[in-house]
Amino acid sequence: MNFDDTPQEAAFRAEAKAWITANAPKQYEEELRKSSLGRTVLKGANILEVAKAWQKKKADAGWACLHWPKEYGGRGSSPIERVIWQQEEGPFGKLSGMFIIGHGMCGPTMMAFAGEEQKRKYLPPLASGEKVWCQLFSEPAGGSDVAGLRTRAEKKGDDWIINGQKIWTSGAHYSDYGILLTRTDPTVPKHKGLTMFFLDMKSRGVEVRPIKQASGQSDFNEVYFTDVKIPDSQRLGAVNDGWNVSLTTLMNERMSIGAGVSTGFPELFDFCNSLMLEDGPAIEDRSVRSRLANYAVKASGLRYTSMRAISALSKGERPGPENSIGKLVAGSMVQEVAMYALDLQGAAGVLSGPEDAEVAGKFQAMLLRAPGTRVEGGTDEIMRNIIAERVLGLPGDIRVDKDVPFNKIPTKGRA
Amino acid sequence: MNFDFSDEQKQMRDEARKFLAEKCPPKAVREVLDGKAPYDKALWKGLAEMGFLGVAIPEKFGGAGAGHLELCVIAEEMGRANAPVPFSSTVYLAAEALLLAGSDAQKQKWLPKIASGEAIGTLALFEGKGNPSPKAIKLQASGGTLNGVKKPVPDGAIADFAVVAARTGSTGRDADISLFLVDLKAGGVEVKELTNVDPTRGQAELTFKNAKAEPLGAAGDGWSILTQMLDRAAVLLAFEQVGGSDRALEMGRDYALDRIAFGRPIGSFQAVKHILADMYVSATLARSNCYYGAWALSTNASELPEAAAAARISATQAFQHCSKNNIQVHGGMGFTWEFDCHMYYRRANTTALMLGSLSYWEDQLIDRMRKKNAA
Ligand SMILES: Cc1cc2nc3c(=O)[nH]c(=O)nc-3n(C[C@H](O)[C@H](O)[C@H](O)COP(=O)(O)OP(=O)(O)OC[C@H]3O[C@@H](n4cnc5c(N)ncnc54)[C@H](O)[C@@H]3O)c2cc1C
Repeated sequence: MNFDDTPQEAAFRAEAKAWITANAPKQYEEELRKSSLGRTVLKGANILEVAKAWQKKKADAGWACLHWPKEYGGRGSSPIERVIWQQEEGPFGKLSGMFIIGHGMCGPTMMAFAGEEQKRKYLPPLASGEKVWCQLFSEPAGGSDVAGLRTRAEKKGDDWIINGQKIWTSGAHYSDYGILLTRTDPTVPKHKGLTMFFLDMKSRGVEVRPIKQASGQSDFNEVYFTDVKIPDSQRLGAVNDGWNVSLTTLMNERMSIGAGVSTGFPELFDFCNSLMLEDGPAIEDRSVRSRLANYAVKASGLRYTSMRAISALSKGERPGPENSIGKLVAGSMVQEVAMYALDLQGAAGVLSGPEDAEVAGKFQAMLLRAPGTRVEGGTDEIMRNIIAERVLGLPGDIRVDKDVPFNKIPTKGRA
Repeated sequence: MNFDFSDEQKQMRDEARKFLAEKCPPKAVREVLDGKAPYDKALWKGLAEMGFLGVAIPEKFGGAGAGHLELCVIAEEMGRANAPVPFSSTVYLAAEALLLAGSDAQKQKWLPKIASGEAIGTLALFEGKGNPSPKAIKLQASGGTLNGVKKPVPDGAIADFAVVAARTGSTGRDADISLFLVDLKAGGVEVKELTNVDPTRGQAELTFKNAKAEPLGAAGDGWSILTQMLDRAAVLLAFEQVGGSDRALEMGRDYALDRIAFGRPIGSFQAVKHILADMYVSATLARSNCYYGAWALSTNASELPEAAAAARISATQAFQHCSKNNIQVHGGMGFTWEFDCHMYYRRANTTALMLGSLSYWEDQLIDRMRKKNAA
């Protein structure tokens, strides 16, 4: 058991560090360091442009998507090297936020199912951030129950014609491409009639409408499809095998979420150190210390759980369903932490915004973003189901729609 | 980086698990639970023969000289089996105290006996309610003798010797405290067994009346040695707690697969699944904190105080969480004497207090994090 770099790892770290020191956009370092969940703003700059520029610079020097093969724009690095890079990249890593879906989910799905020529064409610009991708899975009728989706794809000659609606699509408004899960056969049970595609988001008939989120921001969208044409060559996997293809995406989702989940703890610890209560610094209050300690061991537990996962990965083991734990724990923790930080502020906790609130409204922003964290990428309940069924081996839920043709499944809870 | 136990260490864990499954089935634990024996002597002897009692004791003092990572994997199995033996008091407290502060002669006298199972040791720290604190230590040392009362002392009624924390000064500072070694069989100590929540791990009151004692470590160093001892024991005990958590989770899971209600296994009800998923989460977080503690313990890292407190808190929470919910998943059966659930519930809630309460360790953790941050 050790935390030491091997000579090889140390050499890699030194190289990465030197390159980052020489090239990172340092003018934003402080702002990025201070930013937390729900609040990444760069004064006087468009964050998308800053992020794209940094990603491009990394790609040109061979530091983008480290674990991808070189021919697809990566570096062919080991899992450990990827972690070392993340450690060294530090706050600048936050700039990759808008590429997570493309790099973490769409890329690996393309790698597994697209043709060789397509991979060489589409993956390098995805790795370099020149092209942004989104994931078009969820629909009004299918979120947790992804396979309940209704967007239709019908074959017409060499093309497929798409009609329907997606929702909650993160980044669709600035995405160039997307991976799209559709229904190709409504007469068979729901998991058996799905097909996956990728498409150009600028295609005719694609309409993106930003949704204003509960947090007040607009990061996700509704996407409407009206007679959108997708060539059959952009199909991923076999016709009606889309469910299996989507499992690849979702499995990779877990892996990319695994490492750096935000818990809000470091922010809360700093806050309690600086906040003065009536009787002195918050951190000297017994009840504050007890709460802090509870959050501290959750945060460290998660940190070391992910180190164990990385160690397993470096020995060639595959990431398993146990990685669902990160999102489950961090999601509800960040919400609790935010609520507690507001509680400590008493009446002034209601204030938000950089000018009016304590620590520039960090915790108020966190509070408002946190509910989404517990929903996106699988809700707390779905995460618990995954752990119970796939880690602990408990029976699956009773699925009343399992053998029912999709077009015979009821669509409303209350008749 | 390799944040995992080595293959050899895992092999040792398997060996210990197999041994304990055979020599320490729930039936054996019940002998002690039901008051038929103060501890499982045959098991104790077997543990000595396997070399488990002296795993972290150097070879020149009769041990296996393996190390603390090895001791951690054994500790986990002791917790999993709920072993009714004075392992924690002898190995984590007494032996560690000797290793930390004992003279060569003291080590030579006691460590081989610990490793061979001949001597049971313990720490006599507490004097009634409360948490570890120099102020709470009233027992007086003077002229090589001790006077005062200690309780509760884990395994105090069966121990051959005790490390005793005593007051040697009146400056009001930590330096007032010194440690002593007392041969409990030499006279001068009255022993009274106390009733306790977990009969598989005895507790006693020791009354010292001019009891002969020899200093352990330098005079006035007692509190600093104790702090280190408690940190080391916290990591080891946390591994026991993780072993217990895992076992409680396993029991709950197995029952959920077998028990049928409303025509289906109760494990197919989502409410039950989610209880078990949350048990898994707490056990996993605790395990990871423990691994960090193990690393810090085995390398004597400066991170040990913080790592130990985190492991302690996390493992205490996990064991309490898993053992109480194991009973819940078992329903009425879980509340019977016949089912083993309560043994883990008892153990979880007594282990939680053995080195000071949860809130004590919470306080310690934040203190230590603050100091590190300020540094
Ligand atoms: C910020 C954000 C970003 C998102 N980005 C994307 C994106 O880029 N692309 C994309 O495709 N989707 C995206 N989503 C959608 C997201 O994946 C879904 O919202 C999520 O899977 C939940 O589905 P739902 O909203 O339909 O809720 P529902 O599935 O309707 O769930 C409602 C409630 O029922 C519970 N529930 C449902 N099924 C079960 C069950 N089997 N057992 C127990 N409880 C259950 C849920 O846990 C929840 O509490 C995003 C969502 C958010 C909030």
